[in-house]
Amino acid sequence: MLRREGVTAGDELPPLQVHLTRAELVRYAGASGDFNPIHWNERVAREVGLPDVIAHGMLTMGLATRLVSTWAGDPAAVVACSVRFTRPVVVPDEGDGALVELSGKVTEQHDDGTVLVAITARSCGQTVLGKATATVALGS
Amino acid sequence: MALDTAFIGRSYPAVGSYQVGREKIREFAAALGDHDPLYHDRDAARAAGHPDLIAPPTFAIILSIRAQEQLAGDPELGLDYSRVVHGDQSFTHHRPIHAGDELAATLHVDGIRTMGGNDMLTVRCEITDEAGEPVTTARSLLVVRGGEEDR
Repeated sequence: MLRREGVTAGDELPPLQVHLTRAELVRYAGASGDFNPIHWNERVAREVGLPDVIAHGMLTMGLATRLVSTWAGDPAAVVACSVRFTRPVVVPDEGDGALVELSGKVTEQHDDGTVLVAITARSCGQTVLGKATATVALGS
Repeated sequence: MALDTAFIGRSYPAVGSYQVGREKIREFAAALGDHDPLYHDRDAARAAGHPDLIAPPTFAIILSIRAQEQLAGDPELGLDYSRVVHGDQSFTHHRPIHAGDELAATLHVDGIRTMGGNDMLTVRCEITDEAGEPVTTARSLLVVRGGEEDR
């Protein structure tokens, strides 16, 4: 696990880029138990007013916490995480699907040894998560 | 149709306990494209001080979804799940989840309000272990999009 003495506010996390295709959405549906058809059925997605099939918000959040746990070196270090789903990640059938770009930055260091990481998630040039943060308990 | 605020304070326990399996952790991590050995290799997890494979930080959504099925199935509340959009989500881990854990989940309705023709439902899933000790608190904002007649 990453040690707290090696981390200071302003540190940037190694960024992460993930291509999400329809196959990844089906896989996440099965893994999570969220079988809402807007994540795999274009007809249903359009019927409810979406431009196309969209990724599960929780899949994007899972990628955001993957960015943080990979950096921290142990998922147990991620003691809390929080996001707002502000825009959908639209996943077209064609090509590579949707590109999701994730980055993070240490914004606060707390007296209890935890740090706050602010996460940015973008797709199609727009942010898709708001107020995305993780509280990370680093090793002493 | 606005949801009845009398439901604030109600709780819905998930049916049965949930046993965290190694293969489910591996499957969930793979769905996130995450090859961290602590999710996949028991020896690596033990070497890092864990009793078994550790679950990813958002794994608890599985239990939250199971508990939400009880809420969606309450005919008195009348929640139209096909209109539900996930507004926000947070997890507070009181301890990590590991393979072999036997977990219970109870969903609490913390808030119901109406904004711009949409119902905003704040729910909290409290996850505990076999000893009744807290494991994870998962909070969700569920936005129930109103129909044309509500606008």
